Amino acid sequence: MDYGRGHHKSARALPEEGPAFAYTAENRARLEEICTRYPPERRQSAILYALFIAQQQHGHLTLNAMRHVAEVIRCTPAEVEDVVSYYVMFFTRPVGKYVVQVCRTLSCALMGAERVTDELSQVLGLQPGETDAKREFTLLEVECLGACDKAPVVGVNDDWHECQRPEDARALVEGLRARGAASLTGCHLKVTS
Amino acid sequence: MDPVLTRYIREPNCHTLAFYEQHGGYQALKKAIGMAPDAVIEAVKASGLRGRGGAGFPTGMKWQFVDKKSPRPKYICCNADESEPGTFKDHVLMERNPHLLFEGCLIGCHAIGAKVAYIYIRGEFYHVQLVLEAELAKARAAGYVGKNIMGTGFDCEIHIHRGAGAYEAGEETALIESLEGKRAQPRIKPPFPAVEGLWGCPTAVNNVETLCNVPFIIERGAEWFTSIGPEKNTGPKLFCISGHVQKPGTFEAAMDVSLRDLIYDPKFAGGIRGGHTLKAVIPGGSSVPVLLPHQLDIPASYDGIAKAGSLLGSAGCIVMDETTCMVWAAQNLLYFYKHESCGKCTPCREGGDWLHRLLGKIERGEGERRDLDLLVSVANNIMGKTLCAFGDAEATPVLSTVALFREEYEAHIREGRCTVPAPWRSAHAGARAVAAH
Repeated sequence: MDYGRGHHKSARALPEEGPAFAYTAENRARLEEICTRYPPERRQSAILYALFIAQQQHGHLTLNAMRHVAEVIRCTPAEVEDVVSYYVMFFTRPVGKYVVQVCRTLSCALMGAERVTDELSQVLGLQPGETDAKREFTLLEVECLGACDKAPVVGVNDDWHECQRPEDARALVEGLRARGAASLTGCHLKVTS
Repeated sequence: MDPVLTRYIREPNCHTLAFYEQHGGYQALKKAIGMAPDAVIEAVKASGLRGRGGAGFPTGMKWQFVDKKSPRPKYICCNADESEPGTFKDHVLMERNPHLLFEGCLIGCHAIGAKVAYIYIRGEFYHVQLVLEAELAKARAAGYVGKNIMGTGFDCEIHIHRGAGAYEAGEETALIESLEGKRAQPRIKPPFPAVEGLWGCPTAVNNVETLCNVPFIIERGAEWFTSIGPEKNTGPKLFCISGHVQKPGTFEAAMDVSLRDLIYDPKFAGGIRGGHTLKAVIPGGSSVPVLLPHQLDIPASYDGIAKAGSLLGSAGCIVMDETTCMVWAAQNLLYFYKHESCGKCTPCREGGDWLHRLLGKIERGEGERRDLDLLVSVANNIMGKTLCAFGDAEATPVLSTVALFREEYEAHIREGRCTVPAPWRSAHAGARAVAAH
């Protein structure tokens, strides 16, 4: 929405935090390509992509990364922080190599998701929200992932694992350690060709 | 009814451009471009197509409201943020039939005079987005998207926009805010998006399944569409059945199918899981009122389910058997709503947390008699008092379970414990929910 010239923009600055951050040339080029999807004066629309790319590059979003995103997107650092703090897929603290996300909403819960979290919590020695010291795993409970027919569903980074039974928690963890995302079921609909 | 939208989804390579072209793909687009935009809108109006996202608003009307006299660009925003608990149908369409969605977007753009459509897909559907991006590139290379589409002189672009995890982004004005690079929070309406939407321009926000119906309406005619299903509830419909059923999944049917058949017929979900009996059904995604087993002999249509006191919503039907504690189920959903509230309106932001706390207290066996009245009072103070429908969605699981299962709530308070414990639940979940906030 256009608010006109009088619209207040917070001048709040973000302090420095984390190592110096700038996109790699390749990532910057990817982002600039994405920016062409929006009118030139609407670069802010690419902010979610800008943040995903920054997060992919560094692992999580430091304040330094947010400051860089603000510069590249041409908005205020406060606007970047506003967005980062709203969307659940952005991490402001370091996470593990595998971010294990158990869907906890009703359809999955009816099929035993609470116990899936229990067992994964036990096997990993982590409470939901925690990351292990080696930064191998982060355990999270998340809201409906939209795969309720294959409940309980567990997201691992950007991949899916379906029909996870509580008793198979160790198998899930060992599978990830041994074979990474290839050990997951993926989406049952997933286009393979 | 033979499947229309999902006819080919089990065939190999059904998502590819070559497959789509072999099965008549993009012919409806060609036909639509040959028609005057108003004629396209008239056809969609005559078909009676209603929005498949949840509200059921007539699509043709939505398009007609787009301010065509505005000098500003017009936009179609396809709502692919599918996040309503219990809903997983748009996922199927995008994964297995992406070109149908593109074709629907393009016809919609022609109808409202737009040159660009954005498909706003939820961030968690990354594997779906990869399919969309790859197929979109093929469609562009083949001249179905971009400049001078199929040599007709019609220019139209489609872009994929990835969300980042926010249920509220499914609300149409919040989706627009998110597309503008801000928090997904709803706007005050009016102005409606048809007048001032994306970047202040006239915009139509349409659900994936809605747009996927459009090519068939153009190709086969409004009369064909109205011949499917009951009056005012026309056309093929996808139903998502999950929870305690034998065969959870997405099923396509006309809206004269009964809710009971969807749950029990072997063609559909195949009945309640072995040895159990049905206790309650949430027919239209978690935001709609609960129905009881004796209320299922109704058409699973917008009007049929509304008549029974609930809503078809997003057609995400969650089935619960007798092992389900309704206080626990309400608490589970209120955790969802308090977590997903965008925080803009006080009743929703604060009330959701109150409701969740009260439900937790009752579920743990620490409830007092007055808590039940307080629960209803808080819910009623959210209902109808927020900018968007989220507030009603948040209050509904509470009001509806208290109305239908009051005795269960009272038993929890009387006996000081959960009276319907189930082995598939965890003793730690309640503590986790408290610790998380």
